[in-house]
Amino acid sequence: MLGKKRRRKLSSVPEAVTATKRMNLCAAVNDALRITLKKDDSSIVFGEDVAFGGVFRCTSELREQFGRNRVFNTPLSEQGIVGFAIGYAAMNCTAVAEIQFADYIYPAFDQIVNEAAKYRYRSGGMFNVGGLTIRAPCGAVGHGGHYHSQSPEAYFCHTPGLKVVMPRDPIRAKGLLLSSIRDPNPVIFFEPKILYRSVVAEVPVEDYTIPLETAEVVRPGKDVTLIGWGAQVNVLMETAQLAEAKGVSCEVIDLVSLLPWDAETVVESVKRTGKAIVSHEAPITNGFGAEVAATIQEHCFYNLEAPVRRICGFDTPFPLVHEKYYLPNKWRCVEAVFDLVAA
Amino acid sequence: MWRRALRAGLGVRGMATNKKKSPVPPKEVDGKTRFDLRPFDPFLIDSPTPYAYSDQSELLEYFRIMYRMRRMEIAADNLYKGQQIRGFCHLYDGQEAVAVGMDAVLTFEDPLITAYRNHCQMLSRGSNVKEILAELTGRYAGVSKGKGGSMHMYNRKNNYYGGNGIVGAQVPLGAGLAFALKYEKKANIAVTMFGDGAANQGQIAEAINMAVIWKLPILFVCENNQYGMGTSALRASATQDFYKRENYIPGLKMDGMDVLAVREGMKFAKEYAINSGPLYIEMDTYRYHGHSMSDPGVTYRSKDEINDIKKSRDPIDRVKERLIEQSWSTAEDLKAIEKEIKIEVDEAAAFSKVADAPPVETLYHHIYHETFPIRGTLLNNGTRVGFSST
Ligand SMILES: Cc1ncc(C[n+]2csc(CCOP(=O)(O)OP(=O)(O)O)c2C)c(N)n1
Ligand SMILES: [Mg+2]
Repeated sequence: MLGKKRRRKLSSVPEAVTATKRMNLCAAVNDALRITLKKDDSSIVFGEDVAFGGVFRCTSELREQFGRNRVFNTPLSEQGIVGFAIGYAAMNCTAVAEIQFADYIYPAFDQIVNEAAKYRYRSGGMFNVGGLTIRAPCGAVGHGGHYHSQSPEAYFCHTPGLKVVMPRDPIRAKGLLLSSIRDPNPVIFFEPKILYRSVVAEVPVEDYTIPLETAEVVRPGKDVTLIGWGAQVNVLMETAQLAEAKGVSCEVIDLVSLLPWDAETVVESVKRTGKAIVSHEAPITNGFGAEVAATIQEHCFYNLEAPVRRICGFDTPFPLVHEKYYLPNKWRCVEAVFDLVAA
Repeated sequence: MWRRALRAGLGVRGMATNKKKSPVPPKEVDGKTRFDLRPFDPFLIDSPTPYAYSDQSELLEYFRIMYRMRRMEIAADNLYKGQQIRGFCHLYDGQEAVAVGMDAVLTFEDPLITAYRNHCQMLSRGSNVKEILAELTGRYAGVSKGKGGSMHMYNRKNNYYGGNGIVGAQVPLGAGLAFALKYEKKANIAVTMFGDGAANQGQIAEAINMAVIWKLPILFVCENNQYGMGTSALRASATQDFYKRENYIPGLKMDGMDVLAVREGMKFAKEYAINSGPLYIEMDTYRYHGHSMSDPGVTYRSKDEINDIKKSRDPIDRVKERLIEQSWSTAEDLKAIEKEIKIEVDEAAAFSKVADAPPVETLYHHIYHETFPIRGTLLNNGTRVGFSST
């Protein structure tokens, strides 16, 4: 698993960018879908209210541009949506299904875990649903409560045959979504919805992809390695800033892709720093951070100067009014950083 | 005598009523006056007759409750706009006759479960505006201790099972509620409510099939308010006749904008469910607000459509008109009642802004039967299970 060393900087965002446009994450997703619909004749985009742009407007104007046969609303039937998408993808076509909120992906759980993930395996490679991508907005937004805030990535990371990806900003969102759609495996693409409008960047207008399975060192450092994905990377960046003010240098790694995940980049970093914190919004127990921590201890045991820490959501349902206590915010993270350097 | 007439009209087992046009029943019976209703649409059963008997005090009571519901939802709208209510909030204005007409027939011994558009069901199950608005603003004095918010309200004592945020998920639960009633040989029914959009979830078909094979005392009540979020039922459903969807469960469609029609339909339906098993009810209704507070509600339907319905079918105006027509109330009388209710709701809204938030430790209450140990709920994600994590 930890074979050749593949360390890279800003992944493969085009080096000589010809033109960029200011986009928020929502617009970046829209742009990726537009490119897909334009270039791939078999591609279709669908989900609840998707023809009208979807609740977050990520699919705005796609129907006008590509027609009602390729961009359409589905009935309110998650299990049906995903099953339908699997069938379409099995015909070597490209299906981009939207689940309105990641919290509503559970009715489709069986289709994803038992059908999509195992089609290739159980048919001995005769069939696959590589053309399937499921987009689902996830994560906290400040006031979403139980059913508009969850981060269910770990459930799916327990399923060989799937890929699971989560971007942290508009540039990555566009490139990673295009990669996910073109990847010959079923991919679940979680979009941290808090970033839809809050983060704006100069996004290349051209078609580009960013490799999946490749973590990114977002900020180099030497004392502590902070590992996260999606919106939590931004929290870890703030944490690193707070730590720096006290003279502690943090390296921040965005995992980008959770299944499969880039253990080499993480292990290489922790071997240097000797300290690691993994952080995610989902509840701590059996969150994906547990996998990361276990891998670190296996491969960095003699380099570790302190126990690997996980700073995560609590083991509670996602709370309504207590969200600010539940979330692994920068203060909780930075406290862990100081704990580790004091250890 | 009038009771017998009504019973014959119900046609529960008589099964004879609608074929030949039955004679119009008398104008007055037992001091109650006859009101003509929009005819019911039955499927695989006889229809109740399209008449209801009522009097001044009943209609005034319906008016009061519906107006209270309307004001409460308007207050919620304002609280949301003032950012006192956060998150998701789905309002019921336009659909009040459904909740009130059902409540006129059901007792608290008839378990009820519905989806997230549930503030008014909560009111009809014995709660008050104050604790409902306090729940909306996430206060400890709220019906769910501020932990549920808009979509999650419950009343154990009065057999109200919520309040469910996941579309369609409550429907099979209804079958379980009904089975318990049957097992305990109670002469009650379970009622499970869902929307026209939810009707397309596979779980509904699964639940109906179970209910039919086990002959459960249950009503599947589809509140067809014509839209599931921005998608009209026309586009989301292969048939517009929800009550006829499954050819193995009888159905009954009624005017969900008329409290008396809902009441008569439910009377018939309850008796049917107790004696004969499941029934699929379709309430023909309409929501005035957008789907939730983030939906202005006018991009996928015209303002004219909304205004036409408000003008011609408003459930509160319907009762008002009947009261005035019968000279049971004057416009001034009704204004005075409105004023009184408005004050009640305003006070509740004011309370909901200042009431205490739930204590922080309730974050990890009500997860399991035991409060401790719950892992990962200390600030450092540590545990209380005998070792400290740092
Ligand atoms: C499983 C699931 N999918 C999607 C949603 C998002 N959602 C909430 S309400 C709704 C529309 C439901 O429409 P309908 O059943 O007609 O009920 P109404 O809102 O009209 O009362 C949708 C899509 C959800 N809450 N749960
Ligand atoms: Mg509806």
